[in-house]
Amino acid sequence: PCPGAGPAQRAVDSGMPGPSPAAGLSPMKPANRSHSSSKTPSRTPGKPGSKIQSTPTKAGGDRYIPNRSTLQMEMANFLLTKENDPAEESPTKKEQQKAWAVNLNGFDIEEAKILRLSGKPQNAPEGYQNNLKVLYSQKTTPGSSRKNGRYIPSMPDRILDAPEIRNDYYLNLIDWSSQNFLAVALDNSVYLWNHTSGEIIQLLQMEHPDDYVSSVSWIKEGNYLAVGTSNAEVQLWDIQHQKRLRNMISHSSRVGSLSWNSYILSSGARAGHIHHHDVRVAEHHVATLAGHTQEVCGLKWSLDGRYLASGGNDNLVNIWPCTQGDSGDFAPVQTFSQHQGAVKAVAWCPWQSNVLATGGGTSDRHIRIWNVCSGTCLSAVDAHSQVCSILWSTNYKEFISGHGFAQNQLVIWKYPTMAKVTELRGHTARVLNLTMSPDGATVASAAADETLRLWRCFEMDPIKKKEKEKANSAKSSIIHQGIR
Amino acid sequence: MVGSLTREDLSSLSGSLPTYGINSILYQRGIYPPETFTRVQKYGLTLLVTTDPELKNYLNNVVEQMKEWLYKCIVQRLVVVISSIENNEVLERWQFDIECDKTAKDESAPREKSQKAIQDEIRSVIRQITATVTFLPLLETACAFDLLIYTDKDLAVPEKWEESGPQFIANSEEVRLRSFTTTIHKVNSMVAYKKDSFP
Repeated sequence: PCPGAGPAQRAVDSGMPGPSPAAGLSPMKPANRSHSSSKTPSRTPGKPGSKIQSTPTKAGGDRYIPNRSTLQMEMANFLLTKENDPAEESPTKKEQQKAWAVNLNGFDIEEAKILRLSGKPQNAPEGYQNNLKVLYSQKTTPGSSRKNGRYIPSMPDRILDAPEIRNDYYLNLIDWSSQNFLAVALDNSVYLWNHTSGEIIQLLQMEHPDDYVSSVSWIKEGNYLAVGTSNAEVQLWDIQHQKRLRNMISHSSRVGSLSWNSYILSSGARAGHIHHHDVRVAEHHVATLAGHTQEVCGLKWSLDGRYLASGGNDNLVNIWPCTQGDSGDFAPVQTFSQHQGAVKAVAWCPWQSNVLATGGGTSDRHIRIWNVCSGTCLSAVDAHSQVCSILWSTNYKEFISGHGFAQNQLVIWKYPTMAKVTELRGHTARVLNLTMSPDGATVASAAADETLRLWRCFEMDPIKKKEKEKANSAKSSIIHQGIR
Repeated sequence: MVGSLTREDLSSLSGSLPTYGINSILYQRGIYPPETFTRVQKYGLTLLVTTDPELKNYLNNVVEQMKEWLYKCIVQRLVVVISSIENNEVLERWQFDIECDKTAKDESAPREKSQKAIQDEIRSVIRQITATVTFLPLLETACAFDLLIYTDKDLAVPEKWEESGPQFIANSEEVRLRSFTTTIHKVNSMVAYKKDSFP
């Protein structure tokens, strides 16, 4: 048979179902059909199998080739036809190949072609996100239970006794110096606890038994401690010699808040006045800031020394400039009246110099973040409890707040998301004050349960710590070179 | 109307499955933004059909050609391929096998199946497409689609059309859907999707 016979026959088959005996077979079974039709098409088109095989032997008496039986005619015929029509293979093999093709391709290549319209349909618009993603991907609600990458111990690192600490919201009774001394005012005395050695020193005791210490504040260098008292004094103490250097009297009521700006010590008193004391000169009282009508309980200079933030029992927050205006008087650059309670918690953001966090008392319970330049409230969050103190972390973009009733807890917040990172519980009465260790890793909380608790909640990642130390040592070596 | 359906009617009936089936897949799988679809009442179902003119045009071109082939009974299979735009990886493959009863070609004898019964079957297929969304894995990346039509071998490729590979999914899970028949065409549906690489 000629090589083209198979396909041609097939085309005829599919075109005219009638005459060909092969049409009795289903058109969906091409293997059978092509086998039967192309084996010996001219002789016995309808009868496959046994008859074909017997044909050559029957034609025995040929006079030119007397003995055909020795010539392996069947083999020769097979090889010849195979050469001519390579597609002609044993039916089982063909079936097998087809099965393979169907399995591999999912369709018979001989039977179908796959067509597609040229060019692609346009894609969905740029930036379109499958909204099933929103529906089916489980995302924790922002804020509530976000995983933070570090471990925060839920228990305090240390608990110190603070007997007779005054349970008075308006006082500022603890402060941690850059030389790692923790100053604690317990009723009428001030104690220093050396964090490195664990040693405790009693720095002072008020002479009159009815007087008490109402505030303590370390100078930035850590060698002097300012002490505000209930009898309106502001005292200056030298730590090395444990000696009082100065007693500055200008107020008429107890001094509940103190803050240093290099050599200027600012003090807030119960009457609502804030005094600037220049500690270098005899006439220490250099300025009076009159912006509050009630006790000033929160007082903080910004880290760059440009602004003083004060919070009072009159629910006001005032932002004061470091220099007086043209009239010679100090006037606040901003006054925030959004808090509905006394503002004791006042803290400047260490990495954004114009951002201030404030917290309100029992009747307010809100933490507010301000931009003091524009005067806008950047965010506000309900802390559900009296806010006694706020500290910004220097190691993380977070801040911590101390609270009163009902949980007496400390809360760590992410900034600027204002997401709660964790709560630290343990105090059995309201937290009065918070202060941070010089390395920024530990927060000390003083509470009305007469304990001081030290929380290692801002411990730096050891790798980052190393990098920071390296950077610091590099800096100092440059300085040394400069001196030489 | 029972029993008086012509071949044209039947072809357009099976041709309506591609139209609504493809639209349903595009909407349900979030290939295009849902706001570009509009609701259409058909077969007692609310079906979503794209309103995007370009996409509409593309689909019409394919479906019209396919209807013609359906009429000639030379379509074997329609495949909707969904692949990632980023790396062209095939993520999903919707396959509608169409078995044509070629003996019906020249007959004009009426078929004994009511339009309603056929529509019921089409409806159940579209319902199944909707229902599969619940078990198909989420398409994480932006995706594009492609339509493949398997035709008889001897068909001359029309203008603007080209031959393509089958675009299989390397590691896939398959789910069979319901089938329906219009007495001329029998449609078997199946969806294959990429197995999660993390078991």
